[in-house]
Amino acid sequence: MSKFKKKSNTSQEIPTSALPDIIFMLLFFFMVTTVLRETTINVRQKVPQATELRKLQRKSLVSYLYVGEPKNTVLYGDEPKIQVNDVFIEPKDIILWVSKEKDKLTEAERDQITIAMKADEDVKMGLVSDIEMQLRKANARKMMFSVRQKTDD
Amino acid sequence: MARSKRRGAAEINSSSMADIAFLLLIFFLVTTTIANDKGLTLQLPPDPDQIQDVDIKMKERNIFKILINSSDKLLVENEPLNDVHKLREMIKKHVLNYGRDPELSENPEKAVISLKANRGTSYDMFIAVYNEAQGAYYDIYAQKAGVTNAKWRELSSDLSNPDNKALYDKAREGIPMSISIAEPN
Repeated sequence: MSKFKKKSNTSQEIPTSALPDIIFMLLFFFMVTTVLRETTINVRQKVPQATELRKLQRKSLVSYLYVGEPKNTVLYGDEPKIQVNDVFIEPKDIILWVSKEKDKLTEAERDQITIAMKADEDVKMGLVSDIEMQLRKANARKMMFSVRQKTDD
Repeated sequence: MARSKRRGAAEINSSSMADIAFLLLIFFLVTTTIANDKGLTLQLPPDPDQIQDVDIKMKERNIFKILINSSDKLLVENEPLNDVHKLREMIKKHVLNYGRDPELSENPEKAVISLKANRGTSYDMFIAVYNEAQGAYYDIYAQKAGVTNAKWRELSSDLSNPDNKALYDKAREGIPMSISIAEPN
């Protein structure tokens, strides 16, 4: 029986010298794809799904607007609110916010500003259309409904 | 001569390198939000105060009316509809009618999709309907350009490439995407 049990003298260790390289590769992947979180989102965000998504060309032209029920309902109530840069604003303040966002861009790019709206699926169209109306008044007419890609249902 | 020559290569102990890399990796994993800048695009009409009210007469047959009420029920061309996904085929049929069916549009240039929601309609439902309306047009363009829908959306997002631009203009010629979103009441 012991005929088959050939004990070899070679070491059974897996070489781990390449491990740091693998980890570094992963690290670089995440460093490149990363966008550091700038704002804490204080509204509930269960974004609806859709199939016909399109990519935005230039990220520097995009300003984000979050709409949804506040997470802290005790403090802010449970009516959907609009959040921009860490603060809640009223629809009428959108014009001011848009002009501030436009100031960040160069002269030539100002009318190309895109407003990406990330709204919760339970938000009513009344609020959404109020936002649209204010954006029209602020002359920021490129808009995007930020949604998720639909996975097969 | 105090310089003693040592034999053997001087090595830096690199076994903790993996640990350091792991630490950095975990940091980036936690702080990461993978860039997500995709969505449904929309061009808003100009400021209502700056446009004069002009009555534009349109033939009833050219307008494809979609109404959504506050309980998310659809009324399409004055008939209730339960399945949102049916809209896509209906819109395509309407746009590409070329005057055949007297109830549908005269030609794609004149065809208009009119979408009207209620203030109480949920955003979710609106997105579903708007998605179908845009999807119908993308399907038409993609078919004309001879590519798939997904490929069409990709190439129409990057018009700086002259090949894309040429294809884009060719496919869209005579078929403007006229989706009108009325203010909800």
